[in-house]
Amino acid sequence: MQDLDLIVREAEAAFAAINDPDALEQVKARYLGKSGQITELLKGLGKLPPEEKKTAGAAINQAKVAVEAALNTRREDIRRAALEARLAEEALDVTLPGRGEGRGGLHPVTRTLERIETLFRSIGFSVADGPEIEEDFFNFTALNTPEEHPARSMHDTFYLLDEQGKVAENVLLRTHTSPIQARYMQAHVAKYAGQASMPEIRIIAPGRVYRVDSDATHSPMFHQVEGLWVGEDVSFADLKGVIADFLKSFFETDDLQVRFRPSFFPFTEPSAEIDVAFMSGALKGRWLEIAGCGMVHPNVLAHAGIDAERYTGFAFGFGPDRLTMLRYGVNDLRLFFEGDLRFLRQFV
Amino acid sequence: MKFSESWLRTFVNPALSSAELSHLLTMAGLEVEELDPVAPAFDQVVVAQVLEVVKHPDADRLNVCQVDIGSGTPQQIVCGAPNVAPGLKVPCALPGAKLPGDFKIKVAKVRGIESSGMLCSAKELGIAEDASGLLVLPADAPVGNSIRSYLDLDDQLYTLKLTPNRADCLSLTGIAREVAALTGTPATYPAIQSAPVSAGASRAVLLEASLACPRYCGRVISGVNAKAATPDWMRRRLERSGLRSISALVDVTNYVLLELGQPLHAFDNAKLNGTVRARMAGAGEQLKLLNEQSVILAEDVLVIADDSQALAMAGIMGGEASSVTLETTEIFLESAFFAPKAIAGRARRYNFSSDSSHRFERGVDFGNTLNALERATALVLEICGGQAGPVTEALAQLPEHQPVRLRTARVKKVLGVAFSADEIAALLDRLALPFSREGEDFIITPPSYRFDIEIEEDLIEEVARLHGYDNIPAPAPVGKLAMLPQGEDQRPLFRVRQQMADRGFQEVVNFAFVQEAWEQDFAANTNPIRLANPIASQLAVMRSSLIGGLVENLATNLKRKQSRVRLFEQGRCFLRDAGAAPVPGYYQPWRLAALAYGTAQPEGWGTDGRKVDYFDLKGDLEALLAPAQLSFARLHHPALHPGRSASVSLDGQVIGYIGELHPEWVQKYDLPSAPVLFEIELEAASRARLPAYVEVSKFQPVIRDLAIVVDQQLPLQDLLAGMKKGAQSLVQDIQLFDVYQGKGVPEGKKSLAFRIVMQDTQRTLLDAEIDAALAQITAYLEQNFAAQLRA
Repeated sequence: MQDLDLIVREAEAAFAAINDPDALEQVKARYLGKSGQITELLKGLGKLPPEEKKTAGAAINQAKVAVEAALNTRREDIRRAALEARLAEEALDVTLPGRGEGRGGLHPVTRTLERIETLFRSIGFSVADGPEIEEDFFNFTALNTPEEHPARSMHDTFYLLDEQGKVAENVLLRTHTSPIQARYMQAHVAKYAGQASMPEIRIIAPGRVYRVDSDATHSPMFHQVEGLWVGEDVSFADLKGVIADFLKSFFETDDLQVRFRPSFFPFTEPSAEIDVAFMSGALKGRWLEIAGCGMVHPNVLAHAGIDAERYTGFAFGFGPDRLTMLRYGVNDLRLFFEGDLRFLRQFV
Repeated sequence: MKFSESWLRTFVNPALSSAELSHLLTMAGLEVEELDPVAPAFDQVVVAQVLEVVKHPDADRLNVCQVDIGSGTPQQIVCGAPNVAPGLKVPCALPGAKLPGDFKIKVAKVRGIESSGMLCSAKELGIAEDASGLLVLPADAPVGNSIRSYLDLDDQLYTLKLTPNRADCLSLTGIAREVAALTGTPATYPAIQSAPVSAGASRAVLLEASLACPRYCGRVISGVNAKAATPDWMRRRLERSGLRSISALVDVTNYVLLELGQPLHAFDNAKLNGTVRARMAGAGEQLKLLNEQSVILAEDVLVIADDSQALAMAGIMGGEASSVTLETTEIFLESAFFAPKAIAGRARRYNFSSDSSHRFERGVDFGNTLNALERATALVLEICGGQAGPVTEALAQLPEHQPVRLRTARVKKVLGVAFSADEIAALLDRLALPFSREGEDFIITPPSYRFDIEIEEDLIEEVARLHGYDNIPAPAPVGKLAMLPQGEDQRPLFRVRQQMADRGFQEVVNFAFVQEAWEQDFAANTNPIRLANPIASQLAVMRSSLIGGLVENLATNLKRKQSRVRLFEQGRCFLRDAGAAPVPGYYQPWRLAALAYGTAQPEGWGTDGRKVDYFDLKGDLEALLAPAQLSFARLHHPALHPGRSASVSLDGQVIGYIGELHPEWVQKYDLPSAPVLFEIELEAASRARLPAYVEVSKFQPVIRDLAIVVDQQLPLQDLLAGMKKGAQSLVQDIQLFDVYQGKGVPEGKKSLAFRIVMQDTQRTLLDAEIDAALAQITAYLEQNFAAQLRA
């Protein structure tokens, strides 16, 4: 019996000295192989008298289990050590920068237009579009601005040449997005012609517009967003409500004063300019003009074939470039149109 | 419109500070664009008289002066101004005074001589730029008086940004009327008295275009001294209204223009011949204007003429030949009403504007024509002397301002806030709008000075304005709810843009007008849409492609040391097309264009630095339009390398092109190497597909590889399309996974390797079926493309 203990202790010691899995298997053979010590002992059991067989057999098996356990423990230790060595070897500098596609981004004014669309969609406005080379009629006449109206000089208009090199009649680069409202109303009326009533019109119309003007605060091409709500019960108070809600939502602050002051546009009456003043920040307390608006002029409704006695509506026009500048603190309008990546990447 | 507050306050003087008055005007629609003090802050500067001037013993340019400051004791002041002289009256800053720029005056020694104050130039007081010498005051300036009060320097200058509808506020009288209405403070206006007629000289007047000029008044004033000095008070008011003093006669007409809003004109009566008439210009008639511009008059221009020639563009500008000069002794003074339609736009057509045309085209008070003439006469007689002749007047049909009905209920409908009829009546009273009542309705006849009240809404605006826009509530709006259509077969444009951004492209916005060379180079467009009035020659034509802008953006960014540039723009292009809608003649499609330059991946430690190429960008484009399948075909495009460019088609229609920039343009536009770019119709990118379910097979797919050798020039797309088309239905997918040329492949040939996926949704495929399908593909390739199987 002492033999067995010795064998187990020897085996344990032998296993412990080994670090290599192949060598471990060879050492294992010395004990558990075909002619290993334990195997030999088991083979010798047959020669023992029957009364001793039982106890000796049990003792030898116990030793075998002990040797196997030692072997498995050592195997596991070696496997684990090898794994750890591999893991250590495979370790990366995880602080190296990631690989792959760089990030692009949207133009800052696009961000603003998306926000404006999202906000107005949330109260049921859909989005309309219209041509940028526009007919004089829609840009001016349909908006109650006949030929020679002094208001036409408020807009320095770009005109086009025809193929003969003469100034083309009746077309221009739109000076505002308001012609979209004229076109939309006309189409809306046609769509519901003959019905007892027409559904409300609730649209915004973003787009690029053009005026002959270029300096630090004016670009010959810039953006506008037109808005229009026409229905049977739409008032100036509603206009104020929508605009106030929009501005607070857009700038995500209540820390904002909004004022409406009387103004003049040929296509609205009454008309107003909208000023905002922030209560904090670099522009604190300064009134900034950001939009024009008003109740759609009855002549404009009439041009579109809408009964101005029954339907009223409001229209507004925002400058998304200005809104973008205020929102992100950009101080030069021209940056928007220069394509400078160092500027544009800031809005990713 | 510019004016000074102290002048306004002679008409109406409400108990408001300058800031409050300015706010009031702004919030009533008369926007105060600027409010500036006449002079910066300073104090303790008085009118002083120089008594004695002695040269400074130790300084060549300095004088030691004895100065009377009104204190009884002459003060000794050292002065360096070249124009200092005994007897002069000048401003003197006393010890303790603080001048603009935080300059403090103390008793000090100047080169050893004590000086108790400083004699000042206009610049030192911040009231003018003149620093050449002392500001010399009139001889009657009262010594010892504060210079601020003597020169009225506590006055404020207002600049109003008036909207075109408020012509009635283009005068002090008009602004005063408005302030009176807004504050309830009564206003007083200059008393108009008919000047005594003391001479018989007169000139006949005739209306030959009475629609354009329905009222013309004139009178001769003889014996005037044109060289008389304009009084200081008048000169100051003119200057503070932004008008230069010219001569007494011209100053009087300008003064009345500002005071009453009535433009006047003074002719030199000696230069007129016969009857003065208002008529339309004759064809080709010429006139040299006061601004020395010679114009050929169009036939829709109203002129004032005598028996021989046109004298003036009526209501716009006088002619040089008949103008008053300092030698003039007899004038013919004109006050007339010209219809806005007869004046509007004419001056602009000749590229100028005048204070007169600005007013007439917006509407001048036709009830005040005679008053203005009398007022001007009185001022001429007062300043220049002379004898007034009788007024000659020609009168036709004046405009009739039609009565407008205002309904109390309509006010509520439009404004969303209820006013009682009595409240409306009170507001109309304050505005001095004459009305009569019919129950809840008001019938208002607009006064002759209001040209902006034509319809009910105009009056509703007046009600709202006087009530205050700020006092109208801003409730949350109420509307009928209805869901907006969301077409699933449309991809929102924002998503398209976001996808481009996600693939590493930065969005830009470029001008729609470009230089003509871009149109030629990048679109071979020799007939672009040209602007009639471009802002600059490089912004002269409308773009028919977005490429030029992107190429320029690239060049700009390369100059700024950006080595990897990926850009896109979404915008309209403009092409001539007679059949286009909605604007005939001009097709204006939305396009999407992208440009990639530099390394395929951002440069870094783990990348190979490979340059972006055609196939990288093609991958971007395919991913953008996925799952739609695009097809590509060789293309000759003016912007692109002919061997490395392709047209892009979707559903059998060409939607754009893709390729490498043509080497010629790479050189011309000074790029180190060629960018790759594409341009497609944005509409194609916004097409989406409604997904439709196809059963997923429970059986394992069978995958076979097939390698063939074909002619090197053979485009893969045709081959692949043919394979797919001809294959049995169990062939689910065929993918190219290798292209090889070189060792082992004959010259002029290429090896293509395909992975073929076969599957049936209902059962496991038999080997025989698989082999048959493969054999069919192989046979197809051999027959149609002379392909050889590769071992």
